[in-house]
Amino acid sequence: MAVSTTAGNSLTHGRLPRMAPWAILVACWLVVAGVYAIFAMSGTVRDFSLVGTLFFGTVLYVAIIYVVSLSVEGRRQAVDRLVTALVFAAFIVALLPLVSLLSTVVANGAARFDLDFFTMSQRNIVGAGGGALHAIVGTLEITAVAALISVPIGLMTAIYLVEYGRGQIARWITFLVDVMTGIPSIVAGLFAYAVFALIFGPGVRMGFAGSVALSVLMIPVVVRACEEMLKLVPNELREAAYALGVPKWLTIVKVVLPTSAAGITTGVMLAIARVIGETAPLLLVAGFTQSMNYDLFDGRMQSLPVFVFTSYANQGTDGDAYIARAWTGALVLILIVMALNLLARLIARFFAPKTGR
Amino acid sequence: MISKRSAGLAGLALVGALALTSCAANEGAADPGSTTGTGSEGGSLSGDLVGAGASSQGSAQEAWIAAFQGANPDVTVTYDPSGSGAGREAFLEGGVNFAGSDRAFDDEEIAAGGWAACAPDTDIVELPLYISPIAVIFNLEGVDTLNLDAATIAGIFAGTIANWNDPAIAALNEGVTLPDLAITPVHRSDDSGTTENFTDYLASAAPEVWTYEPDGVWPIESGEAAQGTTGVVDAVSGGNGTIGYADASRAGDLGTVAVQVGEEFVSYSPEAAAAIVDASPRVEGRSEGDIAIEIERTTQEAGVYPIVLVSYLIGCQEYQDAEVGALVKGYFSYIASEEGQQEAASSAGSAPISETLRGDIEAAIELIK
Amino acid sequence: MASAAVPIRAKQRPGDRVFSGSALAAGSTILILLAAVAIFLIAQGIPGVLAQPGDTVILGEKNFWDYVAPLAFGTLWAAALALLMATPLAIGIALFISHYAPRRLAQTLGYIIDLLAAVPSVVFGLWGGLVLAPLVRPAYAWLAENASWFPLFAGQASATGRTILTAAIVLAVMILPIMTAICREVFLQTPRLHEEAALALGSTRWEMIRMAVLPFGRAGIVSAAMLGLGRALGETMAVAMVLSPAAVISFIVIGSTNPNTIAANIALSFPEAFGTGVNVLIATGLVLFVVTFAVNAVARYVVNRRKEFSGAN
Repeated sequence: MAVSTTAGNSLTHGRLPRMAPWAILVACWLVVAGVYAIFAMSGTVRDFSLVGTLFFGTVLYVAIIYVVSLSVEGRRQAVDRLVTALVFAAFIVALLPLVSLLSTVVANGAARFDLDFFTMSQRNIVGAGGGALHAIVGTLEITAVAALISVPIGLMTAIYLVEYGRGQIARWITFLVDVMTGIPSIVAGLFAYAVFALIFGPGVRMGFAGSVALSVLMIPVVVRACEEMLKLVPNELREAAYALGVPKWLTIVKVVLPTSAAGITTGVMLAIARVIGETAPLLLVAGFTQSMNYDLFDGRMQSLPVFVFTSYANQGTDGDAYIARAWTGALVLILIVMALNLLARLIARFFAPKTGR
Repeated sequence: MISKRSAGLAGLALVGALALTSCAANEGAADPGSTTGTGSEGGSLSGDLVGAGASSQGSAQEAWIAAFQGANPDVTVTYDPSGSGAGREAFLEGGVNFAGSDRAFDDEEIAAGGWAACAPDTDIVELPLYISPIAVIFNLEGVDTLNLDAATIAGIFAGTIANWNDPAIAALNEGVTLPDLAITPVHRSDDSGTTENFTDYLASAAPEVWTYEPDGVWPIESGEAAQGTTGVVDAVSGGNGTIGYADASRAGDLGTVAVQVGEEFVSYSPEAAAAIVDASPRVEGRSEGDIAIEIERTTQEAGVYPIVLVSYLIGCQEYQDAEVGALVKGYFSYIASEEGQQEAASSAGSAPISETLRGDIEAAIELIK
Repeated sequence: MASAAVPIRAKQRPGDRVFSGSALAAGSTILILLAAVAIFLIAQGIPGVLAQPGDTVILGEKNFWDYVAPLAFGTLWAAALALLMATPLAIGIALFISHYAPRRLAQTLGYIIDLLAAVPSVVFGLWGGLVLAPLVRPAYAWLAENASWFPLFAGQASATGRTILTAAIVLAVMILPIMTAICREVFLQTPRLHEEAALALGSTRWEMIRMAVLPFGRAGIVSAAMLGLGRALGETMAVAMVLSPAAVISFIVIGSTNPNTIAANIALSFPEAFGTGVNVLIATGLVLFVVTFAVNAVARYVVNRRKEFSGAN
C-alpha cells in the first residue's frame, strides 16, 4: 500500500523528513554496535554479536521513533510510526532465527562436507570419520516409496473431489484431508508401528514401515496441492472436450491432467520436500543402523534425519566428531529440501499451466 | 503429463539408483587390514548377528564390532543401544541373538525362563564383560577435582547441600577455594543402568542421607534432567556449578570427584574399578556360565572405586540355530580376549577384566553352542 | 464440480465407471486411513490405559493418568507459550507483507518466511539445543536475578538454558510460517473499498488497519492461531532435542525442572520401550491425536465458515 496517509495533518503538525526514520534506524544500529564493541573490549560480553546488534538496535529504534514522532508530529502520527516500526521489527525478528540457523548449519556443516561423507557409511567407524551414505540412501528409498504410495492416492482423491465429488462424502473427505494435514508426525509413526507390529510382531523395524508413516503425512499435502491445481483448469477446456464427445475419464486424462501437470509436479515435489525431513516417525519405525541396508522390507534402515538425531543424542567418546557429522547431515538435509523447493518453484514458473487467459 | 510427472520420480529413482550401485567405500569384502585381523577365528565366520541393550556399552560395542567385522568380513554384527530393559525383553522374546544389560536377569526371571532364541530348556550365559567406572563430574571454574564422601554426594544430589561453599564440602577439601554458587545437580531423565548403579551406591553407602530405593529412574524431582549420557555431559559442561554422574569415559575435561573409601579418597581409574568386581561376591545359586555379580558398594578395601557399572553380555548356552551359536561364541570370545578388552578400554574407557575373571568367562563361553 | 451444472446425464461408459470408481476408492482410502489410524491407536493403546502401576518400567509407581497428566500439561504449556510469542509476530509479519512492504518485494519476502517452513524439524532441534540454548542462558540468569518476583521466572535459572521457554521459542519459529501465510491471505482479502474509505476519512495507515483490516481478519487470525497451536502440540524433534525433561507440572519457564511434552516423550522413550511400555506410549499418542484432531477440526471449521462468508463479499 503505497498510499500517503498523512497529507492532511501537515497543516497542523510538523512532519519528519522522509529519510528521518531510516537515518534513526541506522544510527540506532551503529550506537548498539558501538556499545557492543566497548563491552567486547572490556570483556563483559564474550564477542561481538551481529544478531544481538540488530535486535537491540531495532528495539532502541522503536522507542526513539515513537518519542521523536510524538514531539514533532503529534500522537496519531506517533502511534502510526510506532506500529510501522513494530511491524518492520516483527519481520526482522523472524529473520534472525533463519539467518542464525542457516549460517550455523553452513559454518558447522562445512567441516565434514567432504567426499567421505558421501561415500562411506558408519559401519566399522569408531569416533571420527565415516559418512552418511547409508542414511542418504535410506532417506531416498523411504521417501521415494512414500511418494509412490501417496501420489496415486492423492492425485486420484483430488480428481474425485474436483471432477466427481458431490454431496456428503466429498465434503467429509475435504474436511478430513484438512484435519489430516494436522496429524502430528509422531502419531503417524505410532500408527505405522501399530500396524506393522500386528503383522510382524512387536519390536519390528523396517524401512517400508517408515514409508507408510510418511505416506500418512504426505497424502493430504498431495491432495491439497493437486486439488488446487485441478481447480485452476478452466471449465471451457472440459466443456470443449465434452462437446467433441470425449468421455469424461478421457477428458480428465487427456485434457485436465496435462494442463495441470506442471502444477501437480510442483505440488508433489513440495510434498516430498515436506516429508523428507521428518524424523519422529522414522525414529520409531525405521530404527537406525550403522551399515548400508538397501532392503526396505528387511531390518533397520538409517535415514538422514534420524542420522542427525542419533549423532546428536548418542554421541560416542569422541563427541565432537559426532556433532560435526550431525551438522553436516543437517546441511545435506537442508540442501536437499531447498533443492526440491527451488526445483518446484522453477517448474511452477516455467511450465506454468496455460490458464493465463 | 504422466511422462512429466514421472520425470520427477524418475529423477529421484535415478539418484537412488546411483547411490545404490555405488556401495559404501568402507563396506564390502575387501576390507583393508582384514587379512591380519585380530579375530580369534581367522575370518571363517559368516552371517548376521543382532544384539540390543544397554546404551552404556554402545561405544564399546562399536569398537568391538568394528574390530570383529574387520577380522571376519562376512559377518555383520548390529548392536542397537536401545536400553537394558529393551535389550533383555528383546532377547527374551527372541528378537535379538544376544543382549547387553546393565544388570543380570534376577532370580525370578531366571526361574521363569522361556528364552525364545535358545534351544528349549537350556540355560543362558551372563558375562560381566563391560566394567565401567561412573564418574561424578562437575563444572566449577578453577576446580579440577574434589574429595567427597558418600554422604556428601548423596546430600548434593538429594538437594540438602545446595551451595558449593557448604561446610560439608569445605571440610573434605581443605585448601580449595569454593565459590558461593548454587549447585545444580544433573541427573538422567531416562531409565538407565547408570542411574541404577549410582543410586545403588548412594543407597548402600549413605543410607541415612539417601533414603530412596535404587532405581533406574531418578527417584526425586529436583535438579536438572537430561536425556542420555550425552545430555548429562552436555548439561554439566554447558552450565556453571553443575554436577552430574556419567560414564567415566565421557568425563573429558570436566572436574571429577574422588570418592572416599575407608580412610582415603579414590579417583576413578580402570584398575580401581576392576578391583571392586574381584572384591565382590557372585550371586548365589546360578547355573554354570551365569556369572552374575553382587557388587559390594560399602567395601573399605584400599584402592577400590565403588561407583562402577557392570554391564553384562547375555546369550544362550544353546542356540536353536547352531550357526548363530558359533557366531555368538566367536564374538564373545573376541570380547573376552585381552585385545577385545583393550579395544574397549582405549575407545570407551572401560576397565579391562582381571585375569581370574577372564578364566571364568572363557569357561562359560565354551558352553555356548 | 464441472458436471454439476449439467442436468442431463451423460451415458456411462465402462472407462468412466472404472475411472470414477478408482477415484472414489482413492478418496475413500483417506477416510479408511484416518479411521485406521484411530482404530489401531485405540487397539494398541487400551492395554496402556489399563496398565496398573508397576506393570511396566515406564509407568513406575503411577497409573496411566498420573503418567500422562504432566506430559499433557507440558504439551499444552509449551504450545501456549509458543503461540503467545508467535501470534503477534505472525500478525506483524503478515501486515508487513500485505500492507507495508513495497508490492514488488512482498512476494519475495513471503518466500523468505516460507523458507522457515522448509527447514526440517530435526535441524531446528539441533540449532535449538546447540546454538539457542547457550545463547539464552545469560538472559535466563538475568531474569532469575532481577525478575524473580514474576511467578514464571521464580527460582533458580537453568544452568544449561534447555528450558521449556527455549523449546517454546523454537516452536514459535516453526509455527510462524503457517500462521503468517494464513494471516496474510486474510488481510489481503480485506475489501479494498473499506480500506480506501478509511484512508479518505484521513486516518493514518495504522488507524486504517485497526478499523478495516483487523476486524475483517479476526476470524482468520483465530484460525491461524488454532492451526499454529495444532502444529505446536504435535511437534516432536525440536522439543526432544532442546528440552531437559522431568515428569513434573510446573509453570516456571526458566528453571531446570521442566515438564516434557507428549510427542517428545514418545520419541525419547520409544526406542527403549518394550512390552506394555509401548502400549502406554501409544496411549499417550492417542491423547495427543485426540487433542490435535479437535484443535484442527475447530480451526478448519472457522476457516471454512469464513471462506463462505468472504465469498459473499
